[in-house]
Amino acid sequence: MTMKKEWPVWEVFIRSRSGLDHRHAGSVHAADAKMALENARDVYTRRQEGVSIWVVPSASITASDPEEGGELFEPAKDKVYRHPTFYDLPDELTHM
Amino acid sequence: MNKSLYDYLILLGDSPLILGHRLSELCGHGPNLETDIALSNIALDLFGQVRNWFQYAAEIHGEGKTEDDIAFLRYEHEYRNVVLTEQPNKDFAWVIARQFYFDAFHYSLLTQLCESRDERISAIAAKSIKEVTYHRRFSSEWVKRLGDGTEESHIRMQNAIAHFAMYKGELFEETNVEKEMFSAGIGADFKLIKAQFESFTNEVLNEAGLEIPQIDWTQRGGKQGVHSEHLGYILADLQYMQRAYPGMQW
Repeated sequence: MTMKKEWPVWEVFIRSRSGLDHRHAGSVHAADAKMALENARDVYTRRQEGVSIWVVPSASITASDPEEGGELFEPAKDKVYRHPTFYDLPDELTHM
Repeated sequence: MNKSLYDYLILLGDSPLILGHRLSELCGHGPNLETDIALSNIALDLFGQVRNWFQYAAEIHGEGKTEDDIAFLRYEHEYRNVVLTEQPNKDFAWVIARQFYFDAFHYSLLTQLCESRDERISAIAAKSIKEVTYHRRFSSEWVKRLGDGTEESHIRMQNAIAHFAMYKGELFEETNVEKEMFSAGIGADFKLIKAQFESFTNEVLNEAGLEIPQIDWTQRGGKQGVHSEHLGYILADLQYMQRAYPGMQW
């Protein structure tokens, strides 16, 4: 049982029971969006990982170039004042 | 011991046991990673259901009998699975056609058992029906995809659907125990199962652009313990460990 033509790749995002956001879980092969959802269910939610699934064609994702990592991300490195770590947060404030 | 109820539970458990074993043979051999995992998931769902049926059967039997004794230490003629479930994995279309016919039957059976007067049976059925709803969706989706896919997938799916048609009649053949359980409000109405099976499978096959096979005879015997040559090989595989090392534990 071999496949002559590979199906396209889809990125899978899962929202966990307690989570508020869909997180990247991995990828699956599938012929179309419907099959991608079913495959994602079978591959990534076997251990009760999620209550909601998104799938996106991998080809639709535009990624940053790792070569440009220096100019894109290094400048933020020494700017600790951009983190809100200098404030005392009230206990009632969640999801920060 | 309630012999009828015990026999009934064996009938309920044996088909998913043998089908689950067939599917487990595909673990690592599926057409691709995603389908491989899906088929293994279905096998595990079925084994979970079998454990529930056999644990109940073991309790009814008493005398220290366990679910493992029932699963692993009976002889071929004591198994009551339908002959359909022991048929080998020839190609993916075969796997799907066998699954499709069984799921259509299984879904209808469990739907009715959710209303069983026996509370343990209705609880097991209620837990299983969610799994089987997904199995039926998985297999019918593939029947449609392959039936309505390429020229080759259509031919293979049509052949598999036609090949397994001779096994589906046994799904609706009622044994005396099943009749007795239905009259007692514990078991299912096989006329209703047959009607639901036909209407569901015809609808999917139509949508898949596949011909509904016309057959005039039925391969039967499994529910009486008369099996095809394949079951012996399955049992050799399934029982080897318990027979070679009785009572062994992990």
